[in-house]
Amino acid sequence: MSAPEKPQSEKKETAAPAATPAAPAQGAVQADPLKTHEAKKLKHTSPVISCRYDPTGKYVFFGAQDFRVWRWEISTDKKAELTGHRSWVRALAFDPKGAALVTGGYEGDLIWWNATAEKPTPQRTIVGHKGWVRAVAISPDGSLLASVGNDNLVKLWNMADGKLVREMAGHDSHVYNTVFHPDGKQLASGDLKGNLIHWEVETGKEVRKVTLKDLHKYDTGFRADIGGFRGMGFSPDGKLLACGGMTKVTNAFAGVGLPLVVLVDWEAGKEKIQHLTKGITQACIWNTAIHRQKFTIAASGGNNGKHLHFWKHDQKEPFHQLVLANTARDMDLSPDELHIVTAHFDSHVRIYKMAAKA
Amino acid sequence: MKPQYACGSSEHQIARRSFMGGLFAGFGAAASGIGFQSQQAMADQLKKKQKQILVIFLSGGASQLETWDPKPGTDTGGPFLTIPTSVPGTHISELLPHTAKQMHRLSLVRSINTKENGHGKGAYAMQHGRRQEPAASYPHLGALSSKLLAPEKSALPGYIQITPGGGGSRRDDAAYLGAKYSSIVLGGGKPPNDTLRPKELSEVADMQRNAFRRQANARFLQKRRTAATEAYTYSYEQAVGLMERRDVFDVTKEPKKDQERYGTHDFGRHCLLARRLLENGVTFVQVSHSNYDTHHENFDFHIEQLGEFDQPFAALVNDLAERGRLQDTLVVVMAEFGRTPRINHKYGRDHWGTAWSVALGGAGIQPGAVIGKTNKNGTAVTDREVDHRHLFHTYLQAVGVDSADSLDVGGRPLPLANPTAEPIEELLA
Repeated sequence: MSAPEKPQSEKKETAAPAATPAAPAQGAVQADPLKTHEAKKLKHTSPVISCRYDPTGKYVFFGAQDFRVWRWEISTDKKAELTGHRSWVRALAFDPKGAALVTGGYEGDLIWWNATAEKPTPQRTIVGHKGWVRAVAISPDGSLLASVGNDNLVKLWNMADGKLVREMAGHDSHVYNTVFHPDGKQLASGDLKGNLIHWEVETGKEVRKVTLKDLHKYDTGFRADIGGFRGMGFSPDGKLLACGGMTKVTNAFAGVGLPLVVLVDWEAGKEKIQHLTKGITQACIWNTAIHRQKFTIAASGGNNGKHLHFWKHDQKEPFHQLVLANTARDMDLSPDELHIVTAHFDSHVRIYKMAAKA
Repeated sequence: MKPQYACGSSEHQIARRSFMGGLFAGFGAAASGIGFQSQQAMADQLKKKQKQILVIFLSGGASQLETWDPKPGTDTGGPFLTIPTSVPGTHISELLPHTAKQMHRLSLVRSINTKENGHGKGAYAMQHGRRQEPAASYPHLGALSSKLLAPEKSALPGYIQITPGGGGSRRDDAAYLGAKYSSIVLGGGKPPNDTLRPKELSEVADMQRNAFRRQANARFLQKRRTAATEAYTYSYEQAVGLMERRDVFDVTKEPKKDQERYGTHDFGRHCLLARRLLENGVTFVQVSHSNYDTHHENFDFHIEQLGEFDQPFAALVNDLAERGRLQDTLVVVMAEFGRTPRINHKYGRDHWGTAWSVALGGAGIQPGAVIGKTNKNGTAVTDREVDHRHLFHTYLQAVGVDSADSLDVGGRPLPLANPTAEPIEELLA
């Protein structure tokens, strides 16, 4: 005989259990980019610089110019403050179960957080890199953390105890981004000068280096380098890697250049196609993702770029561009692949839905 | 204002060099009609002539928030932290770790308000001590220094600019002092053009040609001497001197370990060249570092540019001190303006002449001082507001020149510095 169920009124609120990632089920709603519209927004108190969905899709975590990371519970608009970094945070990654968040700050620290606690607190803080941590990624099995930064290094850490597994040197400029291949055995990292390195995760061996020269320029007028992999993302099947940044820069110090996503054929190790934008001459791609429905998405920000862009994989020009309310500084695709979250200079976090308005 | 000579006039003041003969026999600044207001002032100036000035110009406008007056943890401070320096209680940006160790030799002025946000006008004001005026032209600090401090006999120019690019040239920046005091520009740090004797011309033939030129000139000048002939003759003699001293401009002649310590990038080599020129007696050297006009991605670009600036600048200050030269060499790090506290939508900072900083040291500057303050966010000066005029006065005083003095130009007294301001007395040792 089973115990009677408690009446509704006596049920207590408990912390949400760590859920498996809300991957789209078979027969899930198909995204329709042409119908993309702003579905929800949160007004923060400081310009926002990064944003990520947690694997459940219940939360968006974002970094802002107030040196904090914040958690936004989308359904209730509740915010929780994650205090621990001493500088800006653009690097955020979740373990696949969604219980742990790891962030990397511009002071060089890596912090592990209990992401779903009522009040998330640092569970572990280590010195990750000398200078900025620019990106972090967690392996599909949740065992490893990859971090990259301004010391030109790629590092692998044990997620369970934070110990350094391996340090990989091969870049000769700031490493801007890193992503694990869906098979978990390969890692990709990209630097300021357009160099993309393919690493073997188990050994740390550099398998190959490919230079995407159009993602870098030395501005001879201002005597400075501009470029870098501002966004990176593998296709779900691991065959393609989207790399976003800026190209044909004519004035690095004014931000005059074209947004660019280079789609790399991962197996062949070379460029498949370059995705360009329409009518935008002074902006940069701040992040990019490849949708399971086989199109590339990117968010641009700059003087005249504040868009979401959508391309088929064989297209140079986008089949759709959506003007956003404000210049974007990051984007992320939701676990259900129906929503896109964007981070904005005007202190907003916005969620766009790729479907018709209800 | 072009120099006005009063040929044959009793108002001529004959400079010492005109009695000393040599390469410049018969020529001289004093015969130009420009002189000092008193004989005492002249004598005093002669004593000061061993002082030198080094200016590092951060072209484009380096951010004070990323250098000398950081505001970490504020809405305007950006992502960088601060580091302590060799002066207890003084912190500067984490982007200057080497310079931080030299701060006991330098001072900061954090309260500059030039009210000037234009590149050209800001650069003019900071380097001439006065705003640009349509009807007047003032000499660059370098030209004035060359006039007031350069040794009587020097084969090397008194005023040299080292720029990151461009060819060599002579700039028209001496105003009423005359072309003789204008800058020689070493574009890309390269030696002045045409300082190698053509292969077809032997040394003996060259000497004979120069002797004949001087003889012919001397005969012509007995009755037809003007400011123009003087400048013309001077430039030839200076060219001869430069050719003889060509090696001075070759930074590869410096020890290898110094070349490594300063760095092989342009700014590093230019700083080492500046050291070489100063040690060979050039009175005023200005090294420009490009570029800091970071309207877009200010933080990334300051990492890059200050990453180039920090080590060679610190090495230069250190070397000047260790070689016993810093007490006679004024070092100034300036720009045309600072950058806005407000961070724009492209992670950039824009032009800002309202509350920014300069670093300086050596010669008569009190080391380790911090003059002036800005508010919590760096949006306004809150204490001891100064501008380009006060700084110009201070530079002159630091090298032993009475900045309240004037030059007699064609019978008109022209103040060395803007008389509406005065030196920053608390900065002077």
